[in-house]
Amino acid sequence: MKVRIKFTKEGPIKFVGHLDTMRYFQKAIRRAGLPVAFSGGYSPHMIMSFAAPLGVGVESLGEYFDLELTKTIPTSQIRELLDAQMTEGVHVLSARKVEDGKAGKAMSLVAAADYYVVFREGKEPKCVWRERIQEFLAQPEILITKETKKGTKEVDIRPCIYQMEQQEQGIFMKLASASSNYTKPEAVMNSFCSWLKEEMSEFPWMVKRLEVYADLGSEDNHRFVTLEALGEEIE
Amino acid sequence: MRKLALSDEILLSVDKAARYIGGEVNSVMKMDEDGNIDPNVKVRVAFDFPDVYEIGMSNLGMMLLYNMFNEREDVWCERVFSPWMDLDKVMREKNIPLFALESQDPIRQFDFLCITLGYEMCYTNVLQTLDLSHIPLLAKDRDDSCPIVVGGGACAYNPEPLAAFFDLFYIGEGETVYDALFDAYKANKAAGGSREDFLLLAAQIPGIYVPAFYDVTYHEDGTIASFEPNRAEAPRVIQKQLIIDMEKGYRSIKKPVVPFIKATQDRVTLEIQRGCIRGCRFCQAGMIYRPTRERDIQTLKDSAREMLESTGHEEISLSSLSSSDYSHLPELVNFLIDEFKEKCVNISLPSLRIDAFALDVMSKVQDIKKSSLTFAPEAGSQRLRNVINKGLTEENIMQGAADAFLGGWNKVKLYFMLGLPTETEEDMKGIAHLAEKIAEEYYDLIPKEKRHGKIQINVSTSFFVPKPFTPFQWAGMFTEQDFIDKAKVVKDEIRAQLNQRSIRYNWHEPDVTVLEGFLARGDRRASQVILKAYEKGAIYDAWSESFDYNIWKEAFAETGVNIDFYTLRERSTDEILPWDFIDAGVKKKFLIREWEQAHKEIVTPNCRQKCSGCGAAGYKGGVCVESKN
Repeated sequence: MKVRIKFTKEGPIKFVGHLDTMRYFQKAIRRAGLPVAFSGGYSPHMIMSFAAPLGVGVESLGEYFDLELTKTIPTSQIRELLDAQMTEGVHVLSARKVEDGKAGKAMSLVAAADYYVVFREGKEPKCVWRERIQEFLAQPEILITKETKKGTKEVDIRPCIYQMEQQEQGIFMKLASASSNYTKPEAVMNSFCSWLKEEMSEFPWMVKRLEVYADLGSEDNHRFVTLEALGEEIE
Repeated sequence: MRKLALSDEILLSVDKAARYIGGEVNSVMKMDEDGNIDPNVKVRVAFDFPDVYEIGMSNLGMMLLYNMFNEREDVWCERVFSPWMDLDKVMREKNIPLFALESQDPIRQFDFLCITLGYEMCYTNVLQTLDLSHIPLLAKDRDDSCPIVVGGGACAYNPEPLAAFFDLFYIGEGETVYDALFDAYKANKAAGGSREDFLLLAAQIPGIYVPAFYDVTYHEDGTIASFEPNRAEAPRVIQKQLIIDMEKGYRSIKKPVVPFIKATQDRVTLEIQRGCIRGCRFCQAGMIYRPTRERDIQTLKDSAREMLESTGHEEISLSSLSSSDYSHLPELVNFLIDEFKEKCVNISLPSLRIDAFALDVMSKVQDIKKSSLTFAPEAGSQRLRNVINKGLTEENIMQGAADAFLGGWNKVKLYFMLGLPTETEEDMKGIAHLAEKIAEEYYDLIPKEKRHGKIQINVSTSFFVPKPFTPFQWAGMFTEQDFIDKAKVVKDEIRAQLNQRSIRYNWHEPDVTVLEGFLARGDRRASQVILKAYEKGAIYDAWSESFDYNIWKEAFAETGVNIDFYTLRERSTDEILPWDFIDAGVKKKFLIREWEQAHKEIVTPNCRQKCSGCGAAGYKGGVCVESKN
């Protein structure tokens, strides 16, 4: 059975990078005693795939990976067994059975992600910025310079910003996150602050990913659903 | 959630920030969410491995003691490692005190700072640890508000070069008298005693050495004239501590800490025995951990299962000296394979003597095409192997290699030392000849159509460093140029062989070796050189990227300490050696006899063949008792 795990990553563990987070879960899965499937060969590895890598220092309330099990077990039990093995700041929120095939490829499904960005104390822009988000978005294009293998190129990220608005103390945004149009919240923030003509200090904001989505609609008419919603709980 | 000692901004600007956050699976917290420490905790211990996190977290000794200390309700032991050079710089600039990983509290607040001394090249990192902790570097400058700074581990067998920096040293295995030390500390605190009062109590516990309670005088030629206690409470001889009954005394780790980032040894380590029966004359570990004591096979099986379950590690390795000598090795290894292979747990084998059993298990757990055979002849000729008492003959090696070639292997690693006592040019050239002979054996034995490509022989040489408590403790070392010349002899001879294209040769840097030789056999005067080198910026000397020999050369020049006195000079056996006040089990009389036998090229049988009366039998344990049954 293929199961999709949703988990949080908050607090000090945000400094553990993507590859180490994978290792962390591989060991947790063994401690939990889940009947996990392995690839063959001399150095077998667990059959698992993470949806979207999370940068070092970024927190999340909605991380995902898919895991292949050799036996069918109730999803609530999988969640409990795995959650019991977590350390501070990591909670297993759900486990859902997903079908093999299209719905079962966490990585290739990712189309968008929600983020919440808040300025660190004393590092907010000095100007009135909250009111200017709409004006920033109203630009016909938002060009950023992207590093590529062949050097740098200019990219318009405006179409990749599905949503951006002030929320409580910070900024909420929904950004394109497929491999072809993956947009970092930091890139949007850098672009916004330089458009505000603000001189920013180092590490001015904190980023938290809130959710990751697949797109069941089309390019002109998105229908975002959470990766979790593509699976089902089973008894 | 725990508040970290370092700000987000700092952690985001340094490499591998996860080194500094603590909170790993199985790390021990005796503090609640609000930062209140468990009221039962009376003694706070910061246990330091003076190197970077990934190295320190691979150390078995540290994990054993962390586990053992934390089993005491009244002790909370936390871990400390050296901040890497990037963070070191930030902490100095911003005056941030060094902290323990679990509570993230400054070390300066702790009762003890225990530093494990695994290798000489970490000595400047010891000073870094003290310095960043805002603890005075010199023990004499510390007051009652400072933690008691304790040194232990292999290098504590010659504590003298570090004597000025430590309040006390623990000589031997940690399992025996730490409880007494903590109890004495609590009692002294309850009685309102001072730091000095505690040190006087500590000095009376077997195995504890308080350097301040001893005075050293020197002859005009620089050798030691006297080494005397200056307090009635301080014993003349410090007795090495060790576990005598491995069943009752050994404190198995139930839940090893699981690092977030990949440690150098990212696996469960199962210690199967302590000590070694072999008696190689260059080997310090083989002498100071005598007598050989095996752990019970059933206990090991249970412990392996328990640690794999509590960590989720995907690999387990066995740890000991000369693992092939463990009586139940086949049973243990086969158990691990049968029990865990299907759970996709890798069995990482220690270096085994290559025989039918070794080849059989290797073929089960490794990909023959990728793995290689390892031989450690240590010396290139039988003559020199007799001198060093390495009981591996050319016949053993050729037989092992032949069996392995027939089994499908074609990669061989050979380890040697250069600069051993009595070494001649012929001995050095013998290294090349042995490698050539193995290559020829391969081509003779394996027909062309059955070969998996060319044979690959990797020859490595390191330079010999004489260590305390070995029969070679009196030996002279060589200059850096001598070492380079020796490596060149080997290199040229390899290049002159028929199969030279199948043989790769690499050797270690000689300057680190010479310095290691100085630190290994130094006396109290060495501490000024270490201090000076540290002040001039020496740090992470065990890392080639940061080791700077020029700093050390300047430190020698400025302190007026002559390194050659310590390295090049062959000592006479009646000289007082800096570590003579320690009774490490093996007696000086035995070491002198072995030193003489070495010169006569006479081999001494191993402990199971015949007791050679080294002195370790005084502990009445392990192989010394077993052979009498």
